Amino acid sequence: MTSNLTHLQKLEAESIHILREVVSEFANPVMLYSIGKDSAVMLHLARKAFYPAPPPFPLMHVDTTWKFREMIQFRDKMAAECGLDLIVHINEEGVRQKISPFTHGSSLYTDIMKTEGLKQALGRYKFDAAFGGARRDEEKSRAKERIFSFRSANHRWDPKLQRPELWNLYNTRIKPGESIRVFPLSNWTELDVWQYIHREQIPIVPLYYAAVRPVVERDGMLLMVDDDRLELLPGEKIEYKSVRFRTLGCYPLTAAVESEATTLPEIIQEMLLTRTSERQGRMIDHDQAGSMEKKKQEGYF
Amino acid sequence: MAHQSDLIEQDILAYLKSQEEKSLLRFITCGSVDDGKSTLIGRLLWDSKMVFEDQLASLEVDSKKVGTQGGAIDYALLLDGLQAEREQGITIDVAYRYFSTDRRKFIVADTPGHEQYTRNMVTGASTAQVAIILVDARKGLLTQTRRHSYLVSLVGIRNIVLAINKMDLIDFDEQQYLAIQRDYEQFAAPLGFGSITAIPISALGGDNMIEASANTPWYAGPTLMNYLETVPVDGDSRGETFRMPVQWVNRPHLDFRGFCGVIASGTVHPGDELRVAASGQTSKVARIVTMSGDLSEATAGQAITLTLEDEIDISRGDMLTTPEAPPLQSRHPEAHLVWLHDEPLQPGQLYLVKTATAVTSGRVTGVHYSVDVNTLEHKQADTLKLNEIGVARLELDRPISFVPYNQNRETGSFIIIDRFSNATVAAGMIIGATPFEQLGATDSWSPEGGTSADDTVRQVYLSEASINSTGMTVVDLSGEVGLLAFEVSSSFLDYLDKGNRVLFRLRNLEQLPATATLAYEHTLAFEFDRTADGISILLFKRGSRFVSGGFDNKGTGI
Repeated sequence: MTSNLTHLQKLEAESIHILREVVSEFANPVMLYSIGKDSAVMLHLARKAFYPAPPPFPLMHVDTTWKFREMIQFRDKMAAECGLDLIVHINEEGVRQKISPFTHGSSLYTDIMKTEGLKQALGRYKFDAAFGGARRDEEKSRAKERIFSFRSANHRWDPKLQRPELWNLYNTRIKPGESIRVFPLSNWTELDVWQYIHREQIPIVPLYYAAVRPVVERDGMLLMVDDDRLELLPGEKIEYKSVRFRTLGCYPLTAAVESEATTLPEIIQEMLLTRTSERQGRMIDHDQAGSMEKKKQEGYF
Repeated sequence: MAHQSDLIEQDILAYLKSQEEKSLLRFITCGSVDDGKSTLIGRLLWDSKMVFEDQLASLEVDSKKVGTQGGAIDYALLLDGLQAEREQGITIDVAYRYFSTDRRKFIVADTPGHEQYTRNMVTGASTAQVAIILVDARKGLLTQTRRHSYLVSLVGIRNIVLAINKMDLIDFDEQQYLAIQRDYEQFAAPLGFGSITAIPISALGGDNMIEASANTPWYAGPTLMNYLETVPVDGDSRGETFRMPVQWVNRPHLDFRGFCGVIASGTVHPGDELRVAASGQTSKVARIVTMSGDLSEATAGQAITLTLEDEIDISRGDMLTTPEAPPLQSRHPEAHLVWLHDEPLQPGQLYLVKTATAVTSGRVTGVHYSVDVNTLEHKQADTLKLNEIGVARLELDRPISFVPYNQNRETGSFIIIDRFSNATVAAGMIIGATPFEQLGATDSWSPEGGTSADDTVRQVYLSEASINSTGMTVVDLSGEVGLLAFEVSSSFLDYLDKGNRVLFRLRNLEQLPATATLAYEHTLAFEFDRTADGISILLFKRGSRFVSGGFDNKGTGI
């Protein structure tokens, strides 16, 4: 039926179809923008899907206040360049309680600043569909995630309520208060994302490229010292190393890897020759077996 | 092996360039837990180096804790995603897995062999191009092999791998392997697959998975990975009819009206004349617009934006096609339905029907029969329950544009949604329109209305468009009142000449003479049957009577 399209062309077409379907069928969609490489690809696909119009929905960033500074700069620049409204939501309650990944642990911190923050924002603006850049290959519990993932009025994900997805026919029907999280990159792998960034020359946060940066070694991981909120523990010292990030999140929870890869091809080369998965740099997954599944049920993306 | 490590290390740019031509294959694996299905997929992931060291570390821990291989690596554990089902030891939903080699990226739909098999398998198969049917070499063909094969044929998969697994447990015996292969080919002949490739493997031991096994010197065919890397995935869409459901109309300002959609079949160029299926209006393609410049051609599978030379009324739900070959239009499609929900089908109840082009409300007016997925026998049925499959007729509030499913998946499929719970309750594959509608005056007829006066003769046109080739063809006249006369196209007669048979459902004896005349004039065999709800007449060419219980082979005859 289809002929001679490459894997990236097919993935692109599927994602564009998903983006257009949401805009056609939902009243108030939003794109959750996490500033990372997957978000960069998702935003690029949205621009392609609606060209010459700008994507007909706002971008929203749930800011935990612990993002790398370069991420925030990049976010503001991209939103302005694409002509999109940018909504930045911060869980003010969490800020008042001075919730920090250092003092409260990654689990509670993620729950309050990320999961709660996201729910607040979706509720406040009454979004009925939210695009996210998650991929099924990221983590085992995501392998069965739908492209259109149904959430109850209190944002819960219930595996039993997920709808079968056949062909490219997506059931977009919801009742008031319910919402759907939509993952246009479901079928992309980390390698696909990098190859597509390379093919399309998509701009990404400079932190993905290796540079000499101040880091501290903690629990076998390299943490970048992005501001003075990182307090050194006894015996720790700041070192300058050539590092980069395979995945970007909150700086205290995202480990850097030592690398000399300063160009996209070098990043892809390193990725193909490396033997650890990208989520390894994320401390949130290591909390307990099945931890991502628990977080998802509670409303984490 | 899977990725060319040398090239990656020495010339990453050359490597990236070579990757740009990579194709994509989606396949499904069918078998039960006992067949070693998870082991097979885990092995493919493993051998294509899609398992990283940190995942390996947790795999080793898990293998000791909950593994079934006595503490050795249990590849199946790479797959179990959800904690709940890991504890139960069975998978309960469709999971998608990804791996790639230098030649192809693969998406595997992994479906469980136990409960909900029909629902999950049909879901997983709906986007797959190839099915791997797993058979335990010690057991040969089982009921489930039959069931899986029927389901993948129903969903339109044409290429089958018969993976005869656990060859190590029968000492790689060639004769047993050949016997299973023969059994399967005989059994599957009526299902009309395009190709069946049997491969003797041991998923656990890796035999014929990636490398040819030294244990099967008698086997000269491809390894499983060879096959997956080389099986042709795409037909050539040049020369096929152009069809594109309009998904979204892009109107950023008054001077731009772009029609967006994914091309379902064929190719399109600026200057091509197109027709709006429902209204019949035509115009020419002005531009194929993309962010990186206009295209001179776009082809099936691409998501595009077209502009037209004239201002004609087109909205989401319309279908753009070449003018010579419009799709069918019908309010009364006949379709295979797969029931996906705990709540059984309520005939007559209003549901929502979503196709590639539109959402419309409609009802199922009747179930002709259900299919026993284990024996493939047709059974009389009034409704369909969870995991049941049947042929039914729909009555929609508005006509839809479609192409029968066996010609095009994208424009022949639909889902049924419950209006109150919003659950997806069924998947549908359109066989064709009811025969009356081929006359053109489609909207005037409705089954309840019984509009035609008793003394008028209803002219029924039978053409190839009113027949399907996925199963036995049914021409349902039981909703028709009064006398009939048939007009028959040569394509319809060709269809019968090829050995296909057509079942006519009649309301009463009044309709019998016209049907008998049809048989008389075209020298057809005529088989009469009185059934609970009317009369069935089977017409076919003598001498080419089809094996009972089977399916015709895409018109090629048996």
